[in-house]
Amino acid sequence: MTIGLNEFLIVSGLLFTIGFVGLLIRRNTLILFMCLEIMLNGVNLALISFSRFNGTMDGNLLVFFIITVAAAEVAVGLAIIVALFRKRETVFVDELNSLKN
Amino acid sequence: MVDFLFYMFALTTLLGAGSVVLSRNPVNAAMLLIVSFVGTASLFIVLGAYFLAAVQLAVYAGAVIVLFLFIIMLLNVDASRKWKPSYFTMAGGLIAGILMVFAVLHLFKRGENFTTDTLSESAPIGTTTQSFGVELFTAYMLPFQLAGILLLIAMLGVIFISKRTSDKGKEAV
Repeated sequence: MTIGLNEFLIVSGLLFTIGFVGLLIRRNTLILFMCLEIMLNGVNLALISFSRFNGTMDGNLLVFFIITVAAAEVAVGLAIIVALFRKRETVFVDELNSLKN
Repeated sequence: MVDFLFYMFALTTLLGAGSVVLSRNPVNAAMLLIVSFVGTASLFIVLGAYFLAAVQLAVYAGAVIVLFLFIIMLLNVDASRKWKPSYFTMAGGLIAGILMVFAVLHLFKRGENFTTDTLSESAPIGTTTQSFGVELFTAYMLPFQLAGILLLIAMLGVIFISKRTSDKGKEAV
């Protein structure tokens, strides 16, 4: 049994990195939202491992609130995507350039 | 045994997340996101956070993914469009990713900044559902109620945003 705090932190950091790179290179707003969720998951994992190795409950409760807020955020974000699709008939961010020029 | 389980779950999580980023079809991406979420929930169980693992499965792998799939179905996006990022974007993403991987590996080197206790050496904290309830209704009472208000506002906002309005400005259902 050699698993310590560092291993969990490395996994959470890599999860955050994957979501971040996806956010940079993808153009579909739905996939961008999924990458956002992946990043939030990485943060949650780091908070829970800190909470466990620190011996307090606070990290766990913070994760509980993060999950609540993330659920609300996903609902509002997807509603915005639907409204945008009705208006512009696209979900790709490189075609949503009306603020350019 | 726990070591093996940890590496298996970590691999599941990371591979699922990586395939979400690289998948061409949004439906496939949503399905692979479930794999990643289940892996994360398993890691929560390894850490002893059973309640949060259950919440993760119910809220993320259940509700959020179903919402994603419904929206993908409603939008009827053409899957024929190829994913062709520009070389500039690709290079920027790759450089940022490599830098972040090195930063993570450097920051979280064993025994440098954090405790060196292994999982069995650290004392498990009482993360039962009961202790969650006690904390939520004593120390975290105000954030708890604010979260409820936030959910209500989000619901109202979603209804308002997604309501179809006709050309004359009259609201039609």
